[in-house]
Amino acid sequence: MSEPALIRLTGVTKTYGEGQAAFQALKGINLEIATGEFVAIMGPSGSGKSTAMNILGCLDTPTAGQYEFQGVRVDQMSRNQRALLRRHFLGFVFQGFNLLARTTALENVELPLIYRGEAATQRHATARAALDQVGLKGWEDHTPAELSGGQQQRVAIARALVTRPAVLLADEPTGNLDSHTSQEIMELIAGLNRDRGITVLMVTHEPDVAAHARRVVKFVDGQIESDRRNAEAA
Amino acid sequence: MLWNTVLLALRAIRRNLLRSFLTVLGIVIGVAAVITMVTLGNGATKSVSDQISSMGSNLLIVAPGQRFGPGGDGAPPFKPADIEAIRTQISAARLVAPMVSKSVTAVYQANNWSTVVNGTNDDYFEAGNWEIAAGRAFSEAEERSGKAVCVIGETVRNKLFGGQNPVGSEIRIKQFACEVIGLLESKGQSAMGSDQDDTVIMPLRTVQRRLTGSQDVNRLLVSVSTGASIDDVRDQVSSLMRERRNIGENEDDDFRVMDTRQITQTLTSTTRILTALLAAVAAVSLLVGGIGIMNIMLVSVTERTREIGTRLAIGALEREVLLQFLIEAVVLSSLGGLVGIALATVASIGLADLMKVPYLFNPGINLLSFAFAAAIGVIFGYFPARRAAGLNPIDALRHE
Repeated sequence: MSEPALIRLTGVTKTYGEGQAAFQALKGINLEIATGEFVAIMGPSGSGKSTAMNILGCLDTPTAGQYEFQGVRVDQMSRNQRALLRRHFLGFVFQGFNLLARTTALENVELPLIYRGEAATQRHATARAALDQVGLKGWEDHTPAELSGGQQQRVAIARALVTRPAVLLADEPTGNLDSHTSQEIMELIAGLNRDRGITVLMVTHEPDVAAHARRVVKFVDGQIESDRRNAEAA
Repeated sequence: MLWNTVLLALRAIRRNLLRSFLTVLGIVIGVAAVITMVTLGNGATKSVSDQISSMGSNLLIVAPGQRFGPGGDGAPPFKPADIEAIRTQISAARLVAPMVSKSVTAVYQANNWSTVVNGTNDDYFEAGNWEIAAGRAFSEAEERSGKAVCVIGETVRNKLFGGQNPVGSEIRIKQFACEVIGLLESKGQSAMGSDQDDTVIMPLRTVQRRLTGSQDVNRLLVSVSTGASIDDVRDQVSSLMRERRNIGENEDDDFRVMDTRQITQTLTSTTRILTALLAAVAAVSLLVGGIGIMNIMLVSVTERTREIGTRLAIGALEREVLLQFLIEAVVLSSLGGLVGIALATVASIGLADLMKVPYLFNPGINLLSFAFAAAIGVIFGYFPARRAAGLNPIDALRHE
């Protein structure tokens, strides 16, 4: 047997509400993701793709089923254990960027390192290097209000990268960007996957964006409809 | 972890300067108002009791009272012999001063001034706590012979002599000339608000002969020896006067014996009530300040729920987020409390000077207001944050 999958979902369901009003967003999902993959999760609104992403990102918990991350059961973890898992293994990029307002790019990127307890000098150096990687050298002291949408998303990517996560989770990373900027951001993300071997999970509903991924998982109605390799992007 | 959280809290304060400023301002105003009001109230109370003690301590004031019942005329005044009787029969009566008051117009050259002449003896200066600023008090010989000499108060000096030294000059009162032999040290306003310096003091006999034309004495001041019980002396004076005024056993007194302690108590309790009232008004402003803080904190936590979600998503523990908000609240409230105390100190000193009351630092009220402000800041900074930090990260992130 090969080594255990990085991520394995087994029979994961998620139900919102109770009784008559209950709505099943995920109806028993089985999914395996190996280290180094670039997976796009697609599907129409309400298909359960965002719910699946939130569970994969340990931001939400499944109602039933198993979630193993590097062979460890996440569904049995406490709130704090999940927070520590996010801190050490996951990086997030959101559609709305979610940078701290009135806070410089450098301080935004430093934030995860502060929670990791890194010393100030090392923290500054690492954060600067991450901003450099996303092409924002010289923009360290600008606040989000002084940056374009694409630049803000680059800061967010730098913030996600700065801890050298095992998995980068991107929820509609280009949803608020124009097509040209989207292309740049996708090239940046694809490059991180290709050159640094970071596993990328990305939710999107745009086929152009999904085309950058090497594997596309389609959700419909709380279930996986298709799961195929993207030969041309590989 | 603690230092990092302090860093995060300080950064959060810095990047929301307006919000931080408003929070601090609410506390500053509340704290400063309460401390200033209470401090000034204490100063006013102190000033009243100081003025009362300037009247002379351990002092009994004996005045004729109204006789009640049929045919109730005004009670008879006292006689000079009553003074001697108290002096010889009551050993604890250290000083006994008679008082005969008469409103007159005093004239010096082209100046005239309506004032009150008080006829009394040498004991009056000590019993009434008067100091002689210039010149001298009258001698026993002058008292006995009823010589036309007087000691004048500061107000009378100002009105008649301007800034000049009055000692040795003669003033005219009614039809006679009177040599000014002394000037009283100024006492300022009495606790009742009258000008204590608006007075001319003469030997009793001079006033009786030249102004009132009778032997009557309106009031007696009795100063009690230190160590003696004021109540005992008061009873002794009472029974002596009943005997001398032939008051039957079943009859009421036709005179009153007041003691300065009673006046002190009445006046200080009045100012205390005023202080309490002011403090209550100020406490309302502290409360309003508190509600302001609560408002800002609640609004900001709602705003910051997404921020809390972001922090949780990138790996902050719930307790780290809470600690950060707690530190923010403590820093802002303490800052507000300290600035409030500083402002109150400056305002109290300035206003006390303006109102001519002493400035008394009151550590209790400083501590109390500070603690209250801090508690409000912490409670309203911490508890809304606790709600947000307890959310699922994804719910906090999606919060609009």
